[in-house]
Amino acid sequence: MNCNRLFHRLLFITAALFCCMAIVSPASAKDTIKIGVLHSLSGTMAISETTLKDTILMLVDEQNKKGGLLGKKIEAVVVDPASNWPLFAEKARELIEKDKVAAVFGCWTSVSRKSVLPVFEELDNLLFYPVQYEGEESSKNVFYTGAAPNQQAIPAVDYLMNEIGVKRWVLAGTDYVYPRTTNKILQAYLKSKGVADADIMINYTPFGHSDWQSIVADIKKFGTAGKKTAVVSTINGDANVPFYKELGNQGITADNIPVIAFSVGEEELSGIDTKPLVGHLAAWNYFMSVNDPANDEFIENWHTFIKNPNRVTNDPMEAHYIGFNMWVKAVEKAGTTDAGAVQDAIIGVTVPNLTGGYSAMMPNHHITKPVLIGEIQEDGQFEVVWQTPGLVVGDAWSDYLPGSKDLISDWRAPLKNGNFKVTK
Amino acid sequence: MFTSPKSRFPALLFILAFAMYAAFFEGLPANAAARTFDQGLEKLTQKDFNNKIQGLEQIVQSKDPQVEKLLSALLEGDLYYTQKDKEVVYATKSDGQYTTTGVLSNDVTQQVGSRSIRKIGINNNIRKKLKGWLSLLQLYHGPPRERADAVYRLLGKLSPDMVDSLKDLYEQETSHKVRQALATAIAIDTLKTGNNEAKLSALSQLKGSLHPAVKTGLINLINEKTSEQVQKKATKILQRIESRIAFYGFLETLFFGLSAGSILVLAAIGLAITFGVIGVINMAHGELIMIGAYTTWVIQQLLPHHLGLAICLAVPGAFLVSALSGIVIERSIIRFLYGRPLETLLATFGVSLVLQQAVRSVFSPLNRAVSAPDWMSGSLVLNPILSLTMNRIVIFFFCLFVFGALFLIMKKTSLGLQVRAVSQNRAMARAMGVPASRVDALTFGLGSGIAGVAGVALSQLTNVGPNLGQAYIIDSFMVVVFGGVGNLWGTLLAGLSLGTANKFIEPFSGAVLAKIIVLVFIILFIQKRPQGLFPQKGRAAG
Amino acid sequence: MKRLSFIFDDKLGIPLLIALGAAMIMVPVLNLMVPETNFFHVSTFTMSLWGKYLTYAMLAMAVDLVWGYLGILSLGHGVFFGLGGYAMGMYLMRQIGTRGEYGHPILPDFMVFLNWDKLPWFWHGFDMFPFAAVMIVLVPCLLALVFGWLAFKSRVTGVYLSIITQALTYSLMLAFFRNEMGFGGNNGLTDFKDLLGFSLLSDGTKAGLFAVTAGCLILAYLACRYLVSSKLGRVLAAIRDAEDRVRFLGYNVETVKLWVFVFSAGLAGIAGALYVPQVGIINPSEFSPLNSIEIVVWVAVGGRGTLYGAVAGALVVNWAKSYLTGALPDAWLFALGALFIVVTIFLPKGIAGLIRLRKEAA
Repeated sequence: MNCNRLFHRLLFITAALFCCMAIVSPASAKDTIKIGVLHSLSGTMAISETTLKDTILMLVDEQNKKGGLLGKKIEAVVVDPASNWPLFAEKARELIEKDKVAAVFGCWTSVSRKSVLPVFEELDNLLFYPVQYEGEESSKNVFYTGAAPNQQAIPAVDYLMNEIGVKRWVLAGTDYVYPRTTNKILQAYLKSKGVADADIMINYTPFGHSDWQSIVADIKKFGTAGKKTAVVSTINGDANVPFYKELGNQGITADNIPVIAFSVGEEELSGIDTKPLVGHLAAWNYFMSVNDPANDEFIENWHTFIKNPNRVTNDPMEAHYIGFNMWVKAVEKAGTTDAGAVQDAIIGVTVPNLTGGYSAMMPNHHITKPVLIGEIQEDGQFEVVWQTPGLVVGDAWSDYLPGSKDLISDWRAPLKNGNFKVTK
Repeated sequence: MFTSPKSRFPALLFILAFAMYAAFFEGLPANAAARTFDQGLEKLTQKDFNNKIQGLEQIVQSKDPQVEKLLSALLEGDLYYTQKDKEVVYATKSDGQYTTTGVLSNDVTQQVGSRSIRKIGINNNIRKKLKGWLSLLQLYHGPPRERADAVYRLLGKLSPDMVDSLKDLYEQETSHKVRQALATAIAIDTLKTGNNEAKLSALSQLKGSLHPAVKTGLINLINEKTSEQVQKKATKILQRIESRIAFYGFLETLFFGLSAGSILVLAAIGLAITFGVIGVINMAHGELIMIGAYTTWVIQQLLPHHLGLAICLAVPGAFLVSALSGIVIERSIIRFLYGRPLETLLATFGVSLVLQQAVRSVFSPLNRAVSAPDWMSGSLVLNPILSLTMNRIVIFFFCLFVFGALFLIMKKTSLGLQVRAVSQNRAMARAMGVPASRVDALTFGLGSGIAGVAGVALSQLTNVGPNLGQAYIIDSFMVVVFGGVGNLWGTLLAGLSLGTANKFIEPFSGAVLAKIIVLVFIILFIQKRPQGLFPQKGRAAG
Repeated sequence: MKRLSFIFDDKLGIPLLIALGAAMIMVPVLNLMVPETNFFHVSTFTMSLWGKYLTYAMLAMAVDLVWGYLGILSLGHGVFFGLGGYAMGMYLMRQIGTRGEYGHPILPDFMVFLNWDKLPWFWHGFDMFPFAAVMIVLVPCLLALVFGWLAFKSRVTGVYLSIITQALTYSLMLAFFRNEMGFGGNNGLTDFKDLLGFSLLSDGTKAGLFAVTAGCLILAYLACRYLVSSKLGRVLAAIRDAEDRVRFLGYNVETVKLWVFVFSAGLAGIAGALYVPQVGIINPSEFSPLNSIEIVVWVAVGGRGTLYGAVAGALVVNWAKSYLTGALPDAWLFALGALFIVVTIFLPKGIAGLIRLRKEAA
């Protein structure tokens, strides 16, 4: 083989590859306001996060059609942190330092948020985090537009206890911090309502757990003790499909042992055959089936934007919708995209949500939301069967955990503290 | 509604049953009944669930002949009302259009659009009530099996007056099955209410029953202060029941283990061919499984009304698609890397990244729903505490079938002979006229095709998404190495035993620790027997 | 001079060492001294990014030492990297003190959160840097010693060895994911404040870390270079190429393998320890088998059996990954996958082979 020729050919291939890269790199216009989109587009979390990237792109698109912000167009800078937690921190830094974005919309898992948190605090930028989470955190730079435990878990348990008469509880979750904390809070809450230890079963499984035979059989046994039993599921993402399939096959139906899930929404259901699941529940702050003009418009825009009339909408998408609009309003109020000014301006900002009401940014950087309980229908949608009478204020520090009972968070002027200790 | 009493159901009994049915739900005079039925129907069209429940209660009280049909239609989600005049109708869907039949008017209307009628939504409370009513109604007609099931469903939920009616029913009943069920129900009640003598005879009746309500009844009885004789007998029976439960629990765990093992075998056996026979470390094996699962989904999309047929067609379909992908990978990449097993690892790792992203681009990163045909859903109930899920039974036998087929191919066909020859001594095989490179491609295709078939099975159990393959690749390697590279029997035995071991450890340690223990065991086992369970013998070894 | 010949004989290593030495001095200077507006300013982002790559390069070198020179393909080197990282992370966690969210003087936040009332025994001592520093090397080495002793004594080789190293890293990943283990579960260790009293948020500390990383890489390079060009190095290559023959010649093959494996594990541990303060998080996904395979891919891309190749491979692949995840967020895996395929088929000796080829052609 002629070494020289081979070498030249290789050199050519490499050069061609790099040319491709150079062409694709985004040409940035000068007079735009940039925002960062930090959602995994590959790896294990891509399944959930890709949709949120598209949501932000749609919202930016609409805002630009309305004339942009402060007379400028908004430009979204998309990066792929690839479900890799250190890469999240790296990409966050890249967005802020290199691309000079005014705010970032992103993250899904708690660990990705924990990973980027120091970066946002160091560089003083804004992160809008759209997913329900475990609470126990309040940062000057993060706005939590998803539900805190008191905006999802506790109302759900109240519903089961009071409306369905559940006496025995299975708390099943994936072994990570959100289920651990939620279950801890729920355990304390149930005990305060007089539920005995013997009537609570707690089970943790690893990420992506796929063999649910033994656990479902245990739940079934636990449910035959003669008291009404329910499962509170904080099982994450991919593990849900095999879990629900096993439930259906072992004959656990919603009328004997209902399962209420905090991480299963319309999008997760679109990957499951829902026939055996009819009647199982989920607690969220938004359902696609909610009858409201703003929601109808949102769904229509989404279908046009994504060019697929079968795509569903879900709760984290609504959280991004609220978060993005709040940021826009706060920037308009402050007259600048400067992070410090926006942080001050955004507290108290109120925007319409998609369930027929308004959500407000509270001083603890959490928002007000209604809590809805829905039952799974055959078409993969939820039918709302119960909802809180008013809006619930997100609580950064749970009242049911010993360490955090005495902490409050208030980012308004005199206090400006995320974990202030109040002695009662 | 009792228009067609079964022949085994004498007329006398039928009348009695009717009277009892009336006793369950205080009866009403005839025209009042018709009125209540109409009012009930009207309430069904309201949005509030409590109103619906009231409406349903009225409907049930009315004893209208249509009650059972109406209730089951509501439960199945076939009950609608018209948008225009709020008439309640039964509706069946075909090709996006509905055919409706008025509940009161009996008018049949064809080709109704989905916008002009609305489904009557129900929640769990209603669903539960409906099932209870339907169970009661089924007590009085239908084949004995169904009636017995209806009794068992009512166990533990019976009120005293219901028990009285059951006693009457028991006297009249002719079917042994139903009598047995009724006797159990009555005996459980006697444990609570009867005198000592009655309790003792009830205990004898309950001796062999495994139903959970029996166990609860016995436990309650023992905790109560009763005579020593009763206590003693109850304790003895409870012990016997518990030992039987333990035995069936063991069988259940064994089944779980074999099922988990069969999935490991399915995932690994293709790898046993590519890795064991031609020495390629195929990191893209998981993605070939994924391709098989997506093929299943595509075929199901093409045949939406024939789920069973779609699954059956998916087996050869997935085999072909994955095998072709495998041959393409082999011809374009692996061909250049024979004799450098570790480099095949790197190249196929690249292939796996590309395939994953390709699936993400073509099918979107979202999971796809693959439905199960009827014969693969639900479970086979052997007794009240042991039931085996159908899909796993089917997959277990499917796994054995795939193994058998592969074994025959390797041992009985000329391809198998050539494959074995090439794997043992490449140069010699070529000298004997075996087209080695064609055999390589076909072997790789065979291994890949089997991976695709595994994908069909996995689509019935887990997510069909871009990450499907990654979840199984590591486990597959463990199984192949544990079993001994290049030995199909080894793979079968390794998969089944690792699955079973995992399931027997799981109750004591939890799912994660069980897996860690099994992995550590494999590591230590390989130290003891570096060539796995069944080492290759002779010159080919090493 | 003769004693240093192991450095000067290494024709391609010298430019690399010079480049590393220059980077070690210049990058921090350009970051700290040169104003941001200046063309020559190196942003903190770029600096920590390359700091991270350098720790990867060190890890790649550790893998190359056992794979390229000794013929042991370890698909589990992420384990040693991760353990070193966790040891460093534990030290950094203990440094937080009362500055955590709950202000607990001893327990890290995640323990308060999960209602642990006292520190688990294996967390003791990590508040002292010297102890942590010893652990960073000792823990990976001990694991390598036990694992290697078992594996090499029973003569597990080739693919079997690769697969059980994979099992090792997989089981540790599962174990560390468990919250009961006391390492923070999936969230891992994060929210670090300072290292040896220097705030991790300041540019000065980052520049210092970069310089230390570059320095460690140079030292590690020299150590590995010394090892492979000594007599021992020739024994290593001999074991790689004909293990039995070396054994018949009277060498104790197992012992040689074991100690080189342990050395490599220690190196990976140090790399992990340098990695953690620069990225600010350590999580069980570092143990994931795919991560370990990726390390092997860096070495293969760079060129196995040459130390500078391993370093170059790690730098190039990771730079490409960073670049592509920003520039082609939807399709970067295609490019990366294609790169691996192209390299294995057309460049079996990696980038190093390409450079050598050019020298020979010229």
